[in-house]
Amino acid sequence: MATSLPTRVAPPATRHTARTRGLTRAFGDRRILDGLDLDIERGEFVALLGRSGSGKSTLLRALAGLDRETTGELTVEGTVAVAFQEPRLLPWKRVIDNVALGLSGPRAKAREALEEVGLTARAGAWPLTLSGGEAQRASLARALVREPELLLLDEPFSALDALTRITMHRLVLDLWDRHSAHGSVLLVTHDVDEALLLADRVLVLGEGRIAYESRVEAGRPRRIEDLTGLRTELLRRLGVEEEDR
Amino acid sequence: MSSPALGLGPVRIARERIRVPRASGLLRLVSPIVLLLLWQAASSSGLLPERLIAAPVKIARTAVDLTSAGTLPDAIAVSLQRVVEGFVIGAVAGIVLALVAGLSRLGENAVDPPMQMLRALPFYGLIPLFILWFGIGETPKVALVALGVAFPLYLNTFAGIRGVDGKLAEAGRVLRLSRTGLIRHVILPGALPQTLVGLRQSLGVAWLALIVAEQVNADSGLGWMINDAREFMRTDVIVVGLVVYSSLGLLTDALVRLIERRALAWRRAFQPA
Repeated sequence: MATSLPTRVAPPATRHTARTRGLTRAFGDRRILDGLDLDIERGEFVALLGRSGSGKSTLLRALAGLDRETTGELTVEGTVAVAFQEPRLLPWKRVIDNVALGLSGPRAKAREALEEVGLTARAGAWPLTLSGGEAQRASLARALVREPELLLLDEPFSALDALTRITMHRLVLDLWDRHSAHGSVLLVTHDVDEALLLADRVLVLGEGRIAYESRVEAGRPRRIEDLTGLRTELLRRLGVEEEDR
Repeated sequence: MSSPALGLGPVRIARERIRVPRASGLLRLVSPIVLLLLWQAASSSGLLPERLIAAPVKIARTAVDLTSAGTLPDAIAVSLQRVVEGFVIGAVAGIVLALVAGLSRLGENAVDPPMQMLRALPFYGLIPLFILWFGIGETPKVALVALGVAFPLYLNTFAGIRGVDGKLAEAGRVLRLSRTGLIRHVILPGALPQTLVGLRQSLGVAWLALIVAEQVNADSGLGWMINDAREFMRTDVIVVGLVVYSSLGLLTDALVRLIERRALAWRRAFQPA
């Protein structure tokens, strides 16, 4: 039933949203990133996997411009927006004001963004009254309203319950579908299934570089059952051997 | 679809739980009233001589007399003015210094060490020095209040600024907020709860500082009224003065709580009902 045709034709390889060459970041003697080369194409959805401590977050912070001590070559075209693991909404600003934070001009764009993530009803709410899923939606809206060329997602679903996570996966795919002409997504996650369900390309970070990468040649919506081969390979790369019985 | 036995059980329990604190609220008034009655009885029977403390009824009458004669309102006005002047000067100084120290490393190195050293000073002990510097007029009293107010506000505001969640500041930077934008939208609102704690502390200190300053030397104000009454062994006037002091303290505290309720409305989700 599931064809192996990708729903999306990748844009020309010459157009990169982000490009790094020899990216290096050391903490003391430890090189967390060690000459990392990465290209993210325009409109591409990339998932970055890695064991904890492998430098996923370090790479994301470098791409977000939050780390000044990274060396090497790093080019990011246009605006970068981040949705963090914790939504990081300012608790003293109502949801709509959080989304509009740092934007000039009228609130109309912020309202549109809230509508896109289905949070219009909570526009006037204080962030502390939101559920985990709602807060993460607000955080997504705040990132999207900036129309970023590169949207960085730093394990944004890991703290959500399983049902909310499924809803959020659908929402993110839906949003990316609408915005992909404009921007790319880099999803940092430790969840192999999440990476397989969402991304065009899956990267595994190891030894400070991209240790493995693979395209996910399957149409969406996907089923994990159709991707078991790649899943096993990714798990193996992450140091999890599946038992054969 | 109704299952009253199951449905009503927990509701009844909930109602009882609400009733208990209300009843105890009234109950809590009983013992102060009994104590007042005992005090009155002891005074009336001569067991408690007026030279030690006047009877409650006498005190109430004196309060009315002092008010109608204008003595009490005048004294309150003078004392209030001292507190307000001292508070404004101290608050501005404390908050400005906290901003300087909180928002830059250079400012912290310049401001914080001397502030931390000075706060160890028992500042009521400075009164002799203040009298030498400022004489015995209004200035030393206002200065003492200002000094007392400045420190709690400085310490709390500084701690509040430094206590702002670094992750929120980082989110602000990702959103391309300018430095002023970051201060305005993230750092100052984040420091506000702690600043308001400082405000409450400093108002408490302000009244204490005033009382101490007015005891030492004054020819007007509540402290003067109390000291003057001591000369004539008017314990009723002394108690009226004390009651006024504490009422004014409670009043300013209520004012801060009102400000807190409005300014920290976003936190209400955390507060128990």
